[in-house]
Amino acid sequence: MTAVKLIFLMTAVVILGSAVAVVSARKIIHAALWLVLTLLGVAVMFALLESSFFAVVQVLVYIGAISILIIFAVMLSRSSFVDEGSQTHRRWWIAAIGLLVIFVAWVAVLSLWPQWSVTSTPLPATATDLATLGKQLVDPNAYLLPFELSSILLVTALVGAIFTAMERKGDQP
Amino acid sequence: MIPLSWFLILAASLMFIGLFGVLTRKNLIGALMGIELMLNSVNLNLAAFWRYLHAENPEMDGLVFMALIFVVAAAETAVGLALIISAYRRRKSVDANDMDLLKG
Repeated sequence: MTAVKLIFLMTAVVILGSAVAVVSARKIIHAALWLVLTLLGVAVMFALLESSFFAVVQVLVYIGAISILIIFAVMLSRSSFVDEGSQTHRRWWIAAIGLLVIFVAWVAVLSLWPQWSVTSTPLPATATDLATLGKQLVDPNAYLLPFELSSILLVTALVGAIFTAMERKGDQP
Repeated sequence: MIPLSWFLILAASLMFIGLFGVLTRKNLIGALMGIELMLNSVNLNLAAFWRYLHAENPEMDGLVFMALIFVVAAAETAVGLALIISAYRRRKSVDANDMDLLKG
């Protein structure tokens, strides 16, 4: 048991525990706060995978922007949703059993894969060169088209979000 | 070193916990949080595959895919929350059971 494995196991316990809290917390604001802890754990995992850039992006984008947006939405709609009583659908156990079966089958099938328990080789110096990543994103022979399409998607989604959430006459029931 | 399978099992668990949340949460924002968990597990998988199988590849394809998933996740959250806010304004509810306008 090396130190890296110990860190992995501890982080995995934090991630899975807080993820379970996200889907089962009674108060939705608590679920949002547990979600922040889960996202932080995933950032630690990115750091363990020696992808430090994405560990930082995870903290900036997910924790700094997306979870704050979710907390805002919770606060804007909170008064309507009673925190008492069941927060899940009546037959949640059907979903639980079904997903557990699929999970076990998934892991069983994946474990037949020859590269299942491959361990990592030392990271080559080229792999941490962020300038290469930037050039790949704007290189017409590489990922220019997906990059531009995702930019268009983001702009369209944000304009659509503003338009959808805008208050108009006749909205009140 | 950590075998690849540990990361895959962690990502699969996170994916199924998120899917459970999407399927069972009554609150629409809770369902959206489940989707966030699922997107995170996909990113974790992509990072693990890049690190273990494609790190020598100078094209950095795994990292490019991760960047694209971040963009898609941001777009998805913005649109989803705007829809929930809009539905809340019309129906004064964020309960998935109240969204039954199209019910036959």
